[in-house]
Amino acid sequence: MIYVIVLALGIFFGMILTNGEVISWFRIQEMFRFDSFHMYGVIGSAIVVGALSMLLLKKFNVRARTGGPIVIEKKSLGKGTVIGGILFGIGWALTGACPGPLYALAGNGYPSFAVALLSALGGAYVYGLVRDKLPQ
Amino acid sequence: MDLLAAFWPWYVTGPLIGLYVPILYLLMNRHFGISSSFRDICAAAFRPTARYFQYNWREHRWRIVFVAGIAIGGFLSHPTLMGAAQSEISQQTITALSSLGVRDFSSLVPGDLFSWSSFLTLRGLLLVVGGGFLVGFGTRYAEGCTSGHSIHGIATFQRASIIATICFFLGGLFSTYLLLPLIMQI
Repeated sequence: MIYVIVLALGIFFGMILTNGEVISWFRIQEMFRFDSFHMYGVIGSAIVVGALSMLLLKKFNVRARTGGPIVIEKKSLGKGTVIGGILFGIGWALTGACPGPLYALAGNGYPSFAVALLSALGGAYVYGLVRDKLPQ
Repeated sequence: MDLLAAFWPWYVTGPLIGLYVPILYLLMNRHFGISSSFRDICAAAFRPTARYFQYNWREHRWRIVFVAGIAIGGFLSHPTLMGAAQSEISQQTITALSSLGVRDFSSLVPGDLFSWSSFLTLRGLLLVVGGGFLVGFGTRYAEGCTSGHSIHGIATFQRASIIATICFFLGGLFSTYLLLPLIMQI
C-alpha cells in the first residue's frame, strides 16, 4: 500500500517538475545568468514551506506514521561537499537538469535525457568504485 | 484539465515541492532526496562489489518507486503541455544563448543540442554524457543534490547543505560562463 502512495507522490512530483518548468534547460540557464526570478522563487519557496512545516511538526511533536519520532537525516560536511558540489553544479548547468528533472525529462520522451540519466547512474557507479581513493 | 495544460508560476511549484519534505518524514520517516536513488539503482541492478554499494538497498526500495513515478509524471504532463502553453524565458537569456549559437527555443530543452543526432557530435556527447556523468558523480560525492541538500537540508538548517548549495552554484556559473561557450564552439 505504501508503495502505491509513494508511486502516486512520484507521479505528481514529475508533473510538478514539468508544469513548473523545473525541467526546462532554459529556466536553469536563466537562473545561472540571473535573468529571471522563476527558479529562485521555486527553490526559495520550497525551502520556506519545507522549513515551516518541519518546525510545526517539531513543535507539536508529531510522530511518523511508522511509529517513532521523526529523525532528520544529518548531512555530513567534508571535502566531498565542496568538490562533489562543484562537479554536480558543472553537470547541472550543462544538462540543465538535476537528478529529479533527469527522470522527468527521460519520461517526457526527450531521448537524449534517457542517455543523460544512464550516464548519471554511471557517474554514481564510478563514484562507488573510486570512493576510497577520494578525499573525504 | 486546464491546470495540466498550463505552466505553473513559481509560487505554486515551489511550495508543492517543499511539502515533500514533511510528507516523506510523516509517511516513512525518510528524507526527501532524489540523487540517493542513483546509488540504490546501481546497488539493485548491478550488485557491485565496491564497499559503497554494500548496504541494504531494499530498505530504500521506495526511492526507486518514487523516481519511476517521476518519469511517469513527466510522461503524463508532456502531451498536454507542448503546444498548449508558452514558456516565457527572459529575453536576455534568449539573446545570450542565441549569440552562443542556440537556435531552437520551441521546447523545454534546445532541440539542436539534445536531439538524437547530437550524439554524433563531440558537443552533444559533452553536454549529455559528460554533464550527466558529473550529475551522478558529483551528487553522490556531495551526498545530495538540489532536493536533498538545497531544499531538505537548508529547510532543516544544516550547514553542510548551505555550503553544498553554494558549491552547486559556483559549478553552475563556471559551466554557464566558461564551459558552455567553449563547448558551443565545437
